[in-house]
This record gives sequence, C-alpha cells and structure tokens, in this order.
Amino acid sequence: MVEAGPETAVPSRPRRTRRTTLVLGLVGCVVLLVLVSLLSIAIGSKQIPLSTVIDALRHYNEADTDHVIVRSLRVPRTLIGLMVGAALGLSGALMQGVTRNPLADPGILGVNGGAALFVVGGIYWFGLSSLTAYVWLAFLGAAAASVAVYLLGSMGREGATPVKLALAGAALTAMLGSLTTALLIGDVDTFDQFRFWSVGSFAGRGPDIAKQVAPFILIGIVLALFSGRVLNALSLGDDVAKSLGQRVGLARAFVAVVVVLLCGAATAAAGPIGFIGLTIPHVARLVTGPDYRWILPYSMLLAPILLLGSDVIGRVVAQPGELQVGIVTAVLGAPFFIILVRRRKLADL
Amino acid sequence: MTAEAVHVIARARAVRKTRSLVVIAVLAVAVFATFCVSLSLGDFKIPVIDVVKTLFGGGDRATEFIVNRLRLPRALTGLLVGTALGLSGAIFQSIARNPLASPDIIGVTYGASAFAVFAIITLGLTGVAVSAFAIVGAVLTAFIMYVLAWRHGVSSYRLILIGIGIGAIATSITSYLLTKARVEIAQQALIWLTGSLNGRDWSNVRSLAVTFVVLLPVMAFLVRQLRILQLGDETAYGLGLRVEVSRLGLIVVAVLLAAVATAAAGPIGFVAFVAPPIARRLTRSPGPAMITSGLLGALVVGLSDLVAQHAFGETQLPVGVVTGVVGAPYLMFLLARANRVGSGG
Repeated sequence: MVEAGPETAVPSRPRRTRRTTLVLGLVGCVVLLVLVSLLSIAIGSKQIPLSTVIDALRHYNEADTDHVIVRSLRVPRTLIGLMVGAALGLSGALMQGVTRNPLADPGILGVNGGAALFVVGGIYWFGLSSLTAYVWLAFLGAAAASVAVYLLGSMGREGATPVKLALAGAALTAMLGSLTTALLIGDVDTFDQFRFWSVGSFAGRGPDIAKQVAPFILIGIVLALFSGRVLNALSLGDDVAKSLGQRVGLARAFVAVVVVLLCGAATAAAGPIGFIGLTIPHVARLVTGPDYRWILPYSMLLAPILLLGSDVIGRVVAQPGELQVGIVTAVLGAPFFIILVRRRKLADL
Repeated sequence: MTAEAVHVIARARAVRKTRSLVVIAVLAVAVFATFCVSLSLGDFKIPVIDVVKTLFGGGDRATEFIVNRLRLPRALTGLLVGTALGLSGAIFQSIARNPLASPDIIGVTYGASAFAVFAIITLGLTGVAVSAFAIVGAVLTAFIMYVLAWRHGVSSYRLILIGIGIGAIATSITSYLLTKARVEIAQQALIWLTGSLNGRDWSNVRSLAVTFVVLLPVMAFLVRQLRILQLGDETAYGLGLRVEVSRLGLIVVAVLLAAVATAAAGPIGFVAFVAPPIARRLTRSPGPAMITSGLLGALVVGLSDLVAQHAFGETQLPVGVVTGVVGAPYLMFLLARANRVGSGG
C-alpha cells in the first residue's frame, strides 16, 4: 500500500490536464450556445440588431416594437429550441448507450411515429387541441413505441443488433404511419392540424408552450446527467456490468424512462425532429472518448447549437417564409447517418 | 450417393412440386373469384354468373357496359398492381435475405411518394403526369441507394440501412410539401399517399400490362440466379455467379415493378411486404416462390379493395388504409418470429 502512492500519482497528471481540456471545451460550448441563441433572437423575417436584442433583454420597453418582438416571439422560440435541443441530444446519447447501438435515434427507432399516432388519435377521437394534451399523448405514444421496438428488436439469440433494431423501428414506423393516415384520411380538420405539427417546427410556439414543457425537460435533463456512470457500466456488456454490481434490468428501465420523458416532451413541443439525437452523441464522442459522464453534458450543449443553428438557417434560406427546422435537420442529418453506415464495419455495429 | 437416397430426394422434390402446383391453382381460383365478385358489386349489382359470361363475351349490352367499361379497369389495375408488388417484394426480400426488407419498408416507395406529392402540390399535376413523377422518384431513390451502398460491392445490410436513411429524408420532404398547399389539395395528396384504386381507367391498365410484357421474361431469366444468390455471396461466387451483375439486374427489375405499381395506384402499403413470406409458407419452398407471391399480392389487393369499397356503406376508403390495418399486425408477428429464429439480420 505504501508504494501505491507514487504509482497512482503518475497517471493522474495527464488525466487532470485532460479533464481541464474537457471542462474548457464545455465552457467553449456554452459560449457558442449563447452566441447562437443571440443570433436566433436577432435573425428572422425582421432583422433586429444585436444591440437592440441585448437592450430588450436588459431594459424592456413596451412601446418599442422590436422589444416586443424579442420578448414575446423570439425569446420563447429560442428557449424552446434550447430545451428541445438539449432533450434530443441527451435522449440520443442515452438511447445509444443503453442499446449499445450507434444508430439509435428517436426517429429511426419509431418513437416519433408512436408519438404522432397518439397525438392524431387524441385530436381525432377526443377533439383535443391543447398542447398539454399533446404532451401527455406524445409521452404515451413514445413510451409504447419504444417498448415495442426494443422488445421486437432484441428478440433472438444475438439480442438487439443495430440492423434488427433499425428494421424494427422502420417497420413499426411504417405501420404506425399507415394507422395515422387511416385516421387522417376521413377528417380534413384533424389533417389540417396534424400536417403542421408533423414537420417539426418552432414557429408559433409561444411562452405558454415553453412553460408547459419546461418541467418535464428539466427533470429529464437532471436525471440524464446522473446516468453517465450507469451507462458506462452498461457499455461494458451485461455480464461485466452485473459483475460490477450493476442491476442491469433496473438501470435499463431507469434510462428508458428518462428517454421517454425527454423525447416525449421534445416531440410534444416541436413535433417530430429527426437526426439530432443520432448525430450529436457521435460528435460528442469524437471530442470526449467513450466516457458517458462527458458524452452526456457535451451532447446536451452541442445539440441545441445544431438545432438553433438549423432553425436560423431555415429562417434565412426560405425568406420571406421559413423552412421548418425538422426539414433542415433531416437534410443535414441523414447524410451523416449514411456516412456512419458506410464507415463502420458490420462488427462495430 | 446410393440409388435409394436419390430416390428419396426425388420423391421429396416431387411432393414439394405438387404442393406448389396445388397452391398456385387454388390461389389462381381465389384471385379469379375475388375479381369476379368485385366486378359484380356496385351501385348496380350484377350476378356473378352474368359477370363471368360477360367476361367471356356473352353478356347483354347493359352488363357489358358496366362490367367492361366501368368496373374492369379498376379491377384489372388492382390485379396487376398486386401482382407487381408481390413479385417485387419477393425479389427484394430474397436479395437482402431478410423478411423485412420490402420496397415499402426501405426507401423506394418513400422516394416515389415525395416526387408524386411534389407533382401534385407544387406543380399542380394530376393523372399520368403524377405517375411519371412517381416512377422517376422510385428509380432515382433506388439508384442513389445503390450507389451509396456500394463499397467493394453492395452488402444487403448496407442497402437496408441506407434505404432507411434516404426514406427518412424523403418522408420529411413529403411532410414539408404537405404544409405548403391549401388543405383540399394536401388532402388529395394524402389520398394518393395512402394508395387508392378509385377512378383508375384503361390507361393505367395499359401501362402496367406493357411493363409486365417487358419485365416478366427478364425476371424469369434472373430468378434462377436469385436462387444461387440466396446461398450467400461467397457460395454464389464459388458457383461461378457474377454476383454484383446478377444482383443489380434483380434490383432493377424489382424497383421497376414497385415503381410502376406505385405510379398506378400510389404506395399501397404492406402488400410487397406480406405476400412473399406467406407464399413461402404455403409452398414450403426454400426459394423465393415467385408465382405464388405474385398471386398472393393480387389476392391481397383484390380482397382489400373489396373491403375498402363496400364494407363501410357510402364511404369508399382508399385500399391502402385496409392493407395497412390488416398488414400491420402481421408485420408485428413476423418481426417477432423472424428475430426469434435469428433471421432478422
């Protein structure tokens, strides 16, 4: 035990510098995030100079139209973007960790499809139109779909391989999609509401919506950030995790609940947005290495940067209208998915 | 091999062959029966006997007009579309060696849909022009998928995953386009997206028939190679098959079949997906069971269209709603089963 002191001291120095770099990286992400948020407040169908934006945030003046736009439209929209982004980034990382599957994403794994079907069912059968109702429906749908996909995909000897999970997700999405269409086909009003929800957009989301989803997402974020250690253990494989004293089934269930909480709330607020949950954890992993205690916070900060960035791009390229953020992320994210499929060897997946 | 062993194998083959022939005969009768029933039902009911008479040229003026002019195009379109989907699905699933890889699960029909919706909503087109766009969309999507999946040859696994990725882009483009139109036009696009046989005329039948005349001989030739491909790439190489060439040829045929069917009736879901596995079960054939798949496809579409047209009183549903609702539970079952026996990928 006496000699152990110097031996542990030697490797600890590079570890400490690495930790400093990672912390500095997080600080950098925060700075970037603040910048993107300011851009997201400033840019839109009416450009507002950054100085006015800061002014509106610090000394609000009701008589100034620019201030009103900033406070009542742009800030809520940006806040929702921040929350949805963080939720999607974290849920992607959690899903990839718990399924040990680099292709896990709420869109690919059919979670969005489940949320969509439940929301449509709610509008169609119960005439629901409040966002709170959508939130709960989206939760239920997301939960049902993720359980179904995971059960279907993990049957068989090899367990949940990426191809099996992806196919189970795609098949379930096709099925849920055709049930959703069956409901929409006879009902113009439901369809008219649904088609705008189903693209995935922040447009027209006011402060009330931000307030309603905030508690779910904040709780989800806290729980997610605490699950890094669990994911690290799970990533070693079930047997090793068990031998390290991890209760594997319980850990999986806990992470799954957090995923549903985050995905459901994000989908309810903004509609189905694909590929953020897929791409961001991979980018985070490039920076941090395989330690989920770092992957999670990085995913949480990087995802809203990408999401708000996509939203700003969508507002700039299609002026005077705007391109919904769900379209922009699909167009940016799908090529990434394809590169991933092409680069990885079968065995890695 | 002893003479006795040869005899046993020969007998087993003969049994399987008779079984296939019986299944094909029964299915053919069922398809014809459904066909006649769908011709007999409508606002003006015609006894099935008269329908059969009319089909063989012995009906009176009025029934001839109703059957041949009004109802036959729709029924024939359904028949041909179903057959095409069944065949296309059988080829796709055999190439990928995965019971879940059908053109409606991986991206091909999503690409066709995005193009067709673009034609309907942005360009304001209808009818044949929309069909043309759908064909271009399906072929283009399949081409992109194939090129992207190419890396020292195409592995079926990469093809599936890349198909899913491209399908996701196509879907998001479709839902974007749906927000860009007045709700009536978007609704029209939605009906197309579900797959419907309403209002199909002889021009649809003609284009489908031409495709069949051209593609069936090619397919008959390629199916022999498909049996070898199913043994796995390495074995197929070993047996002297030019694997990539054969696979490309088969994919082209399967994509064209799916494209033409989608162009004629919209993306009728689950038919291409459901027909081949049932066909293999019925015939107990280890191979793709092409004829049975085609017949089953026709039967599924025919029966579903009967239900869609007549089971809900005045409202006529698009046929795709019925195939979706019927196909979905089967999909769940198959998914569970395929994964349990370890053939799900």
